[in-house]
Amino acid sequence: MNKQSSQPMAIHDSINPQAMRRIILSQSKRANVGHIGSCLCVVEILAALYSSILRAERPDDPDRDRFVLSKGHSGLALYAALALKGWLPLEQLDTFCGENTLLGVHPESALLGVDFTTGSLGQGICIAVGAALAARLQGSQRRVFCLISDGECNEGSVWEAVMFAAQRRLANLHVIIDLNGQQALALTRDVMNQSNMAERWRAFGWRTSEVDGHSVPALVGALGKTDGGSPNLVIARTVFGKGVDYMERGVPLSQTHLTVNPINWHYLPMSDKEYQIAMEQVESRV
Amino acid sequence: MRKAFIAGLCELAAADERIVLMTGDLGYMALEPFRERFPQRFFNMGVAEQNMIGVATGLAEAGFLPYAYSIGTFASLRPFEFIRNGPVHHQLPVRIVGMGMGFEYGHSGPTHYALEDIGVMRALPGLSVVIPADSAQTATAIKRTSDLKGPVYYSLGKDDKISIPGLNGQFEMGRVQMIRDGSDVAIIAMGSITQEAAAAAQDLAKLGVEAAVIVVSNFHPGAEEHLGSILGRFRDVITVEAHTLSGGLAAFAASIIATRGIGCRLRALGVCTPPDGTSGNQDERWRKHGLDRASIVRQVSMVREFSLRTASP
Repeated sequence: MNKQSSQPMAIHDSINPQAMRRIILSQSKRANVGHIGSCLCVVEILAALYSSILRAERPDDPDRDRFVLSKGHSGLALYAALALKGWLPLEQLDTFCGENTLLGVHPESALLGVDFTTGSLGQGICIAVGAALAARLQGSQRRVFCLISDGECNEGSVWEAVMFAAQRRLANLHVIIDLNGQQALALTRDVMNQSNMAERWRAFGWRTSEVDGHSVPALVGALGKTDGGSPNLVIARTVFGKGVDYMERGVPLSQTHLTVNPINWHYLPMSDKEYQIAMEQVESRV
Repeated sequence: MRKAFIAGLCELAAADERIVLMTGDLGYMALEPFRERFPQRFFNMGVAEQNMIGVATGLAEAGFLPYAYSIGTFASLRPFEFIRNGPVHHQLPVRIVGMGMGFEYGHSGPTHYALEDIGVMRALPGLSVVIPADSAQTATAIKRTSDLKGPVYYSLGKDDKISIPGLNGQFEMGRVQMIRDGSDVAIIAMGSITQEAAAAAQDLAKLGVEAAVIVVSNFHPGAEEHLGSILGRFRDVITVEAHTLSGGLAAFAASIIATRGIGCRLRALGVCTPPDGTSGNQDERWRKHGLDRASIVRQVSMVREFSLRTASP
């Protein structure tokens, strides 16, 4: 299926994080799929990017800022941001995880608004480096933003990209780490301990900053900043499953045979009861 | 083929500013002409092939025409998934250049032998695969494929001196080249080992066997139709490749013969045994794996003998 040319659509000045959470919960429930915790924890990062940071009048403007969701398993959060921005028809969200759909769990570049297909960790950041190099070579002011996960930093290719971007002083490259402290099967510190993440990237020649990954104003203040000479890393400290307390605590309310474990909500779909509680909590925080 | 490649690329780059050359820190005494002429468009990406293909994907999306160069195994096998999910999935015009066909890296040993790259790359629909047999064909192929809209994998030989008699620099996507006609047996070859097939055909002629020699130099779009139309008149077909039998030339020919119901018998010559830790120069490796000129003659003779013995009266 080819990308369709965009029609001018309403641009939302502000993308409300709680509205994104409602979309994530309702679509995950409808489709009966997991990855909910991974989506909930990047909501403010995407809200900051799509409401204030990314310079793009239209999703198919060749000189728009590029965004690469290298942690592709947060695809539903991206769809929510695109829908609230007006780049994806709201009704198309109902095709998420449908048949013959462009809205799979991981984002697909055939969908207007998605710059690159991702889903295999450690690849998106390399593509982002190429996109940043292209902008430099073309004398364009466009920037490239790339969201990776802390578990993704297990991949050797991430460090290939980190080294090359520093060598070429790609100051137009802005990487954000969703530092939620866990990966698919365990806490990151118990798998490949990277507790000194900022120090690691600085050692490779990157400019780093750290922010509360759930504060849109803090993110807006940090993203896009550059010293003009180094590639930029923003470490966004996040809470897995943010906004739904039992997910934040790793409690599987309905599946009592499972033990409390932060990674549960990497995989589990919600029961009716869990969905009801989650929505009530999100609604109460609007 | 290396000099022909870089000369052809320099010529293309002079007329097309989209072209950039990236290398995984290889290409000594090969890539210098490009680097000296187009220093702003030459990138040593370091020993990091995965990132090289990822960066090429990002460049191509923005309108560049990146050529990513390394030794064949490193260019194809190491970043395979990056190729699959990057230029192939996005259908972007990245050109991956793998240097060193088959056993060409001889004494460098098995890690440097490109024995699976064609099969692995052929497994990706949407990726054109180009395997020239000599320098003149390389020169034509580089020009003829530069404007393909999708990605391309080139398997090139280091040897600049090879010249296959009768090939005369011919190359066309979706076509094979018959460089020698003959009615007794068809020998199909791929890559620089075609020189052994051509030499074997000369030896066979002295023995009274007229062998046709057919060169397969590209896949996707493949030459199924063209090769199928030629094979119909042969009873015996031999494939010769410095590659495993999985996914390469033998698999290609077998598929054409079987799916079209062509009434011929196929003898596939290629690498059939797993690595045993040994290495040697290319000629020695060809002999060891039964792919050299004398082995081809021997195999054709055996095949012919079997055919004559089992022929209906």
